[in-house]
Amino acid sequence: MSRPAYDAIVIGAGSVGLPTAYFLALEGWKVLVVDRERAVGQGQNKAAIGGVRATHSDPAKITLCLKSIEIFSTWKERYGDDIGWIEGGYCFPVYREIDQLKLKALLPIQKSFGLEIDWYGPDEIGRLIPGINPEGLLGGTFAPRDGQVSPLKASAALWKEARARGCQFRFGEQVTDLLHNGGRIEGVRTPGGSYHAPVVVNAAGAQALEVGRLVGLEIPVLPDSHEAGISAPMQRFFDPLVVDIRPGPEGRTTNFYFGQNDRGQVIFCYTPIDPITGMNRSETSEFMPVIARRLIELIPRLRNMMIRRVWRGLYPMTPDGIIILDEVRELRGLYLAVGMCGQGFMLGPGVGLNMARFIARGEPDIDRGIFDSVGFYRDFNARRSEALR
Amino acid sequence: MTVVRPGMKVRSCEGHPVLPPRDDLPPFGEIETIETEVLVIGGGPAGINAALELGALGIETLLVDDKQELGGKLTLQTHPFFGSRDDCYAGIRGIEIARILTGKLAGTPSVRVVTGATAVGAFHDRMVGMYGEGGYFLVEPRAVVVACGAREKGLAFPGCDLPGVYGAGAFQTLLNRDLVVPTDRLFIVGGGNVGLIAGYHAIQAGIRVVGLVEALPRCGGYKVHADKLHRLGVPIHTSHTVLRAQGDGRLERITIAAVDEALRPVEGTERSFDVDTLLIAVGLTPIDELAAKLSRFHVRTFTCGDSAEIAEASAAIFSGRITGRTVARELGYEVEIPPDWGRTQEILRSRPGAVVEWRDPEPPGEVFPVIRCVEEIPCNPCVDSCPNRSIAIPGDSIMGLPVFSGECSGCLKCVAACPALAITIVRRGHDPQRGLSLVVVPYELDPAGLREGLAVATVDMNGEAVGEGTVVRVRKAPGDPKRMLVSLEVPDAEAVKVAGLRALEAEEGAWGGGAADALSDETIICRCERVTAGEVRAEIRAGVTDMNTLKATIRTGMGACGGKTCTELILRLYREEGIDPSAVTRPTDRPFVAEVPLSAFAGIGKKGEGR
Repeated sequence: MSRPAYDAIVIGAGSVGLPTAYFLALEGWKVLVVDRERAVGQGQNKAAIGGVRATHSDPAKITLCLKSIEIFSTWKERYGDDIGWIEGGYCFPVYREIDQLKLKALLPIQKSFGLEIDWYGPDEIGRLIPGINPEGLLGGTFAPRDGQVSPLKASAALWKEARARGCQFRFGEQVTDLLHNGGRIEGVRTPGGSYHAPVVVNAAGAQALEVGRLVGLEIPVLPDSHEAGISAPMQRFFDPLVVDIRPGPEGRTTNFYFGQNDRGQVIFCYTPIDPITGMNRSETSEFMPVIARRLIELIPRLRNMMIRRVWRGLYPMTPDGIIILDEVRELRGLYLAVGMCGQGFMLGPGVGLNMARFIARGEPDIDRGIFDSVGFYRDFNARRSEALR
Repeated sequence: MTVVRPGMKVRSCEGHPVLPPRDDLPPFGEIETIETEVLVIGGGPAGINAALELGALGIETLLVDDKQELGGKLTLQTHPFFGSRDDCYAGIRGIEIARILTGKLAGTPSVRVVTGATAVGAFHDRMVGMYGEGGYFLVEPRAVVVACGAREKGLAFPGCDLPGVYGAGAFQTLLNRDLVVPTDRLFIVGGGNVGLIAGYHAIQAGIRVVGLVEALPRCGGYKVHADKLHRLGVPIHTSHTVLRAQGDGRLERITIAAVDEALRPVEGTERSFDVDTLLIAVGLTPIDELAAKLSRFHVRTFTCGDSAEIAEASAAIFSGRITGRTVARELGYEVEIPPDWGRTQEILRSRPGAVVEWRDPEPPGEVFPVIRCVEEIPCNPCVDSCPNRSIAIPGDSIMGLPVFSGECSGCLKCVAACPALAITIVRRGHDPQRGLSLVVVPYELDPAGLREGLAVATVDMNGEAVGEGTVVRVRKAPGDPKRMLVSLEVPDAEAVKVAGLRALEAEEGAWGGGAADALSDETIICRCERVTAGEVRAEIRAGVTDMNTLKATIRTGMGACGGKTCTELILRLYREEGIDPSAVTRPTDRPFVAEVPLSAFAGIGKKGEGR
């Protein structure tokens, strides 16, 4: 066989694929990215609301997101492109005793992995979120180093830097075959042609399962969907991303979350109690009436904000709610960076850096034990789903 | 849409608004869902007629419109309609037709009408979201008729975003519906019917219309509409375009220039005019996004009127009727669609035919009409108006040109009836001693200055000077009190030439004014997010062919309007850069069509508590 044209092929130019390609290029690798869409970030990336937090309960997510925050927060000074980073922190206001116990119990674990987080009293929470309903407010957690980024600007910036480092992109090409020989991956085939490389990374997001099935690999990633919306711009009046973890009084929602982005727009989303599975990304009439009540109940003054747009995006879920990063044992050279469970955007840079290190150097950037805890060959039913999704 | 009422304080917002710090928890209300067999979106000529047909069959229909009154663009149309009297109210003014149609709806019990509510989004669960003064509600229809009309195309040139630059339709809304005269001197870009009629309406409102530019060698609108402007003294500059608009904070001056065959400005032909208002009338695009969405969600969806195809309002009436019956049949009702409806609709939406050369007629008698109808358009009120049946259109199509033969009693009904003001009546031998004939010309401007005995400049059909006439009588036209008939004494030899009287003196403008920079990089393309042509061009040249990427990188289409205007303008830039628009991925279309306050979704303040 002739020498492959590329060192690595990344399937997917989204939240995970873009940074993976970029960091592989930083390792000196010649990288090709293929995506079935016509541009970067056209899958779930652009549906993300842009919150970036290390406030998780799973060690891998905490450490990977700390890395993401480091990359996002220094991006502008490093490359000059404004990606909308705001270090506004993440705030979980609490109104129920049970939530107070749960969040306080997580603090020592979170801190032990390097997260800067603490419990704040109701007055402090009221200062962080002006106009928050004080009725029954017990306080909340606040992690001041968390923040938010514009997914649109970030993917454009990553695309630019990836190209500047020699990454090539093939858009509008869906991978129809994974090429392999003797238990080793050799490349991919698309309607545009065959591309050869000894390393292929499946970063196909919601399509991860489909891509795996091309070689008979059952990757347990099934998407469900969340709707989101955005307001017209307003003068900035709060900085943190806010997560209300109470179930909604309407009986349809678990938590909901929102923030005010760098343009002054409030961007918001909720988690439905009954997951809406499947690939459908069309908007429903149910979303706005439900979230409107939740937002206004928490911050009554939000009633006057003008709603501009709504959309729906997919959460590529794993059975235990934990991501998958690994090399496929049955097909050497095939790597998985999938199952981001709706957090692909905030995890992306951390995952990309670690996958690139793992692939190029054989060792991830984070602790090896933590990295291995998100392996593909784990028992997906052993762990209870993550405490803080 | 918020109706301006006395006592309201309206001011523009510098920077981003402050969210009012109201921290009391308001009571929530329910979001109503209205089930209906058919939802008709848009209460213009097409939508009303679709609803009338559905209503005639007793089909439960909800007709919604975003304005306070039904009629759509009819409510702006102060001019009499073309077409035929039998089919589509020809000869009647649009505003009157709106009243007639609305009255008919009132007598149709199965049609429920909701005004002041905008269809803001279509959803995957086959619901349509509506927002208006009554709050937010949902409609669950079995079928939908989208009759939302059209929106005006934008035109990008330096200064196109200055206050004072209007879409012609927006301007007509201010002028004819709201009775606001926001200008003293205006200029028009675009010689289609919209631009020509807007100019005429402006003159009727006492506004000085300084001129009109049309990029093509001939106006696209009806010749009779152009002739009305010519006769009043408005220069129509064909093969010209607007280069730029300038002013300190608002429009003060425009520069125009001639264009070559490739529509490129010709250097050295620049002229400037001092105006405070510029109307853009460069075409319309159907509003059909909701229809596309609903179809994707497998809702039975139909379009009619301008939402289906841009045409005259008379054609929209038939489009609505046919669509109403088509929907009924789709829903299982047995009803005929008369074949001649389709034929009539075809005729009414025909483009104008050939223009025949005009020759002044030989006088056929002592009293006779001069019919200056030289272009085939669908119109025949003159034929119906003549009590002697002396006016006929040869053949069986109303597209043909009317011909006079036989007796004329001088009743003036044809002068009153012609929507184009293209007929005069000549009475020869009025004053044989002085060699004067009498000509009766139609006149729709303020007649206050037209005293008996006043000497006026007369013009021929194209607005060229003929001579002088003397006003001898001014009266209201029979059957149309809004039109005046002016009797003029003119020399016998000029009688058949005189088509009207000049109201304005043409302005030449100031020659010079700087060569073309129409492609300037500073021109604003996306007004919501203030994105310039230069920024768009840089992205195109960097190889971006997905307009979703433009949304991400330079934010075109991310504002309140969602790309309603800039999408077309950006595609034009792609074309200029040599990229076929068919190779460009269109931006993803998401709700909402218009911004909605969060409170509406929580059912807050349905009555009383404004925003």
